[in-house]
Amino acid sequence: MVSKQIKAKEPKAKFNWKEFKRQKVLMFWAALFVIYGVIFCYAPLVGWLMAFQNYKPKDGILGSQFIGLEKFIRLFSDSTFLQVIRNTLAMGIINLVFTFVTAIAFAILLNEVRSKFGKKTVQTISYLPHFLSWIVVTGILHDVLSGTGIINELLINIGVLNQPLNFFAHPKFFWWIVGFANIWKETGWNAIIYLSAITAIDPSLYEAAAIDGAGRWAKIKHIILPGIKPTIMILLLMNVGNVLNAGFEVQYLLGNGLVQSVSQTIDIFVLKWGISQLDYSLGTAAGIFKSVVSIILIVVANQIAKRSGEERLF
Amino acid sequence: MKQKKVNEAEGKAPKYKSSISNSVFVVFNTIFMIVFVVITLYPVLNTLAVSFNDGTDALRGGIHILPRKLTLQNYKTVLNKDNLMTGAWISVARTVLGTITALLANAILAFIVSRKRFMFKSQLSLFWVITMYVNGGMIPIFLLYQNLGLTNSFWVYIIPGMISAFNMLVMRTYMQGIPDSLEESAQLDGAGYTTIFAKIISPLCKPVYATVALFIAVGQWNSWFDAMLYNRMSAQYTTLQYELMKLLSSVSNQGGSAETMKNALSSAAVTPTSVRAAATILTMLPIICLYPFLQRYFVAGLTIGGVKE
Repeated sequence: MVSKQIKAKEPKAKFNWKEFKRQKVLMFWAALFVIYGVIFCYAPLVGWLMAFQNYKPKDGILGSQFIGLEKFIRLFSDSTFLQVIRNTLAMGIINLVFTFVTAIAFAILLNEVRSKFGKKTVQTISYLPHFLSWIVVTGILHDVLSGTGIINELLINIGVLNQPLNFFAHPKFFWWIVGFANIWKETGWNAIIYLSAITAIDPSLYEAAAIDGAGRWAKIKHIILPGIKPTIMILLLMNVGNVLNAGFEVQYLLGNGLVQSVSQTIDIFVLKWGISQLDYSLGTAAGIFKSVVSIILIVVANQIAKRSGEERLF
Repeated sequence: MKQKKVNEAEGKAPKYKSSISNSVFVVFNTIFMIVFVVITLYPVLNTLAVSFNDGTDALRGGIHILPRKLTLQNYKTVLNKDNLMTGAWISVARTVLGTITALLANAILAFIVSRKRFMFKSQLSLFWVITMYVNGGMIPIFLLYQNLGLTNSFWVYIIPGMISAFNMLVMRTYMQGIPDSLEESAQLDGAGYTTIFAKIISPLCKPVYATVALFIAVGQWNSWFDAMLYNRMSAQYTTLQYELMKLLSSVSNQGGSAETMKNALSSAAVTPTSVRAAATILTMLPIICLYPFLQRYFVAGLTIGGVKE
């Protein structure tokens, strides 16, 4: 509402030299930032041409031979790449669903904690892992899941296992280990935004519900969840576009030869082919595929939200 | 009687009838919170215990949150490793320098696009918002940095990531909330935009500056991929996180068997696992130490920037 009032007062921006001269300091810096942005953010887009070329570093982008969609055809006839797409999607979706559900559940339950001190302590501890690097987190995870780690010890003590299991050697565990790592690292952090949304709910709603005899579950179901629905929708939309981005560091750090078939993601594929094998064209083609799918996902999710009358990004 | 009624009306937390189901909920919720805290803290405390424990002894397992055979040998080994120390210095340098430059750049840009009279404010904002969704990807960026001479150089940590559209938008939102009248009255007194930025807007933006600076600093400290991708060949520009990553992969590639690990080592007191634990703790240390003091800024930043946009 406030921003609308401000907008109404705004003078119409008309181009005139007097105003331009008055703003010359701003213009100077703005120009610098545009040059910087063109070099570091927009110039790499020219590199997309490489995907349609048989790129040779000595010929450069201008001199290399154009070969049309050949690299893309090669990409999609490669069974490894199809596997890579599957892995990226699977882990992206597992991460998206689980981090969402745990964050919302954690926020709601934390909100029900009565002791102020307890609430603050738990919350402060909960988002500590967010600030640790993936290197540190995967290192810790290796310890926890190692032969002498706590998980094996617990499972042996309660009789599920007879001898320590090497979790990183079995492809069937890999996606879930990555999912758990994400939950461990981000639940508390993601919950912050839901907690602040819960705090913003009008307290009179609770009172009215109490008069109607609503219990705790009824309040969560009929007041809290609808109250944070706009926040959930916005975050969901923002994250849907990131599904394909959600896979590089963890998979790279946790993956090994034994689980390669389930651990490789698009980014790792790009790194392997582009940087290590020096097939720049193939790597770029895979990168373009990822970018284009991400943008399509964002636009589609946004359209669906618009149709159903929900919050939307743009 | 009267007092009691007032209290009831003012009660902030929703009151529930004390019933069995309510008590059950409270008990379960408390247990859940305790379990959550344990799951969050245990792995960190376990690594801490291993880092202070004798390396060979730790291979027997069974160490939880207290070291069994206390030693400082692991830390001594880490501090004597030249590559780790180089990495630590580079990490500190990139964090300090990278935070200052990026904060300044984002602040100036946010200042420009939040000026109501600036002619191209919406175009300039859009120019940067697009970069949030579209980027060239790993390989074109790698080739670009190579051509610009940024590979095998310290500056690759500082220059390319200077502007982040997200941080800029967080700052812009905050600056847009500052009343125009301050700028207008300063202009009547003859102040130029440089003075307005340095003397009027920036002092008011301290909270958002602190938040953004912290985001940038944590990002700089934790980043490792740039060191691996661009400075793999230049050991003098390695970072602490990258060195830690190399330690990690050397450990996990040993096959995990205690015997091979023992054989691989010349000195019996430390093992790759225990040295890595010490390095992990040292890498975490700056964040853990600053965390209690700074965490409110992190949260403030998320609520300023997260809801908007």
